[in-house]
Amino acid sequence: MKNRALYLIFAAVLVLPFAITNVNFQHVMIMFLIFASLGESWNIITGFAGQTSFGHAAFFGIGAYTSTVLFYKFGVSPWVGMLLGAGIAAVVSVIVSYPCFRLRGHYFAIATLAVAEIIKQLFVSWDYVEGATGISIPVVEDSFIAMQFHGSKIPYFLIGFALFFLIVMVARSIEKSKMGFYLKAIRESHEAAEALGINPRKYKLLAMMISSALTALLGTLYAQYILYIDPFMVFSLEISMKIVLLSVLGGLGNIYGPIIGAAILIPLSEYTRVFLGGTGKGIDLMIYGALIVLIACFEPHGIIGLLKKRGKKRGALYAKTNA
Amino acid sequence: MLKVNKLTAGYDNVPVVFDVSLEVREGELVSVVGSNGAGKTTILRAISGLLKPISGSIEFMGKRIDKLPAHEIVKLGIAHVPEGRHIFGKMSVRDNLLMGAYAIEDDAEVNRLLDRVYEIFPVLKEREKQKGETMSGGEQQMLAIARALMAKPKLLLVDEMSLGLMPLMVDKALDVLKHVNKTGVAVLMVEQKVQEALEIADRGYILQTGKIVAQGTGQELLGSELVKQAYMGM
Repeated sequence: MKNRALYLIFAAVLVLPFAITNVNFQHVMIMFLIFASLGESWNIITGFAGQTSFGHAAFFGIGAYTSTVLFYKFGVSPWVGMLLGAGIAAVVSVIVSYPCFRLRGHYFAIATLAVAEIIKQLFVSWDYVEGATGISIPVVEDSFIAMQFHGSKIPYFLIGFALFFLIVMVARSIEKSKMGFYLKAIRESHEAAEALGINPRKYKLLAMMISSALTALLGTLYAQYILYIDPFMVFSLEISMKIVLLSVLGGLGNIYGPIIGAAILIPLSEYTRVFLGGTGKGIDLMIYGALIVLIACFEPHGIIGLLKKRGKKRGALYAKTNA
Repeated sequence: MLKVNKLTAGYDNVPVVFDVSLEVREGELVSVVGSNGAGKTTILRAISGLLKPISGSIEFMGKRIDKLPAHEIVKLGIAHVPEGRHIFGKMSVRDNLLMGAYAIEDDAEVNRLLDRVYEIFPVLKEREKQKGETMSGGEQQMLAIARALMAKPKLLLVDEMSLGLMPLMVDKALDVLKHVNKTGVAVLMVEQKVQEALEIADRGYILQTGKIVAQGTGQELLGSELVKQAYMGM
């Protein structure tokens, strides 16, 4: 039954931009796919394994920069750059996490935040990749290989959907696998997991690698969609925070969580930007912040927790009336 | 089977236990007793690899284990029931037990172990689908022991089992431990409840501020002046 809900979501998402052909709406759908997928990727290390990362923008940026630099300097297809970026992000995540996983709880979270800022600063002062000026991706004719489409947003949407589908399926299979089991045990009690023979470092590193590689894929899509990147955009704290907030709002450690969270936050931020322009900047985050406070106070398991509770109550009522 | 030799261990290089030597033989139930802060937990953590010893050696079945990481030590056959139980609260009872069999790859073997554990702890079978955190303290302690048994240990380390349990449950838990021991699993337990722990033990050690001050059979120790004066107020 649970699978049916998931496939319904996939079907609905896929159909929407064809039913509502408004360009603005299609843009919102693409951003939704990118951020829902980012939340799903982040959920693997934070939701499942309980290691809070405040620095996922680092991997997003690495993905964006790898494909962009390769295309800009050498004309390499962004598809190749996308895969390479995922690989580099995985390697960087291991280098960063190996020492950081000695830290527990808040200290790990702070370390990820610091590392992401350091990586941003490196790119700001790195002349080879145009430093703070950023890179405008050379515009070429519509082509699948160059991942550029100027006439319609639909191809970007379809690529985004494919990534979304892939990432949700990966997250789901991890959740259902033995590895997902071990990650949850580590989250629940690091000590007990270790005492039972689980090697926590191994599984945390594996989860981190998968999470960051998937995150990097979306960096490439984002860069190709916007056609311009600079370190302040793709390595920004705002992106790291959005990923965290939307997943927490939707429900941490649950594959539906980031989808629900992104479905609320992304339209909110995109439409307030459209309707209020520059003056409205930040209003989405204010509304969002208020939502988070409410959720944190009344339903720490996020919106999905709320839905589950209601489902249970209804189930209980149903059982009663049938008794 | 377990030989701890001149173990000094502690935290951040500040020793908590000094030159502790103790032994567990095949099939024995050994109690280490002492008051709060004596270093009992530190000894167990050093044996199971959760803490690296400062000096001294630990041998299990003739093999040095003091340099091995915790997850390797479990594979050799030492299971640790940590203080405060540390069950996985958000997981079902069954999943908690399955986690215990982490190192066992043969699924049929895991199912056999599960059946055996359910035989010893029928209450866990009843609560199979319930979340760990929704059980009472005593049941959680049973779950922690059962989970450790799922690893098919040759030696079970049990830390402060009586903590936070009502007296009736303490007796019950000790009975279970004795039963487990009779099935051939050696047990090393540390306890604050001196009398109860020595009564069921084949042998015991008394730990005071990080040093072993007396050892002998459970009965010998119970009869000793030291125990009578220091722990029973006689």
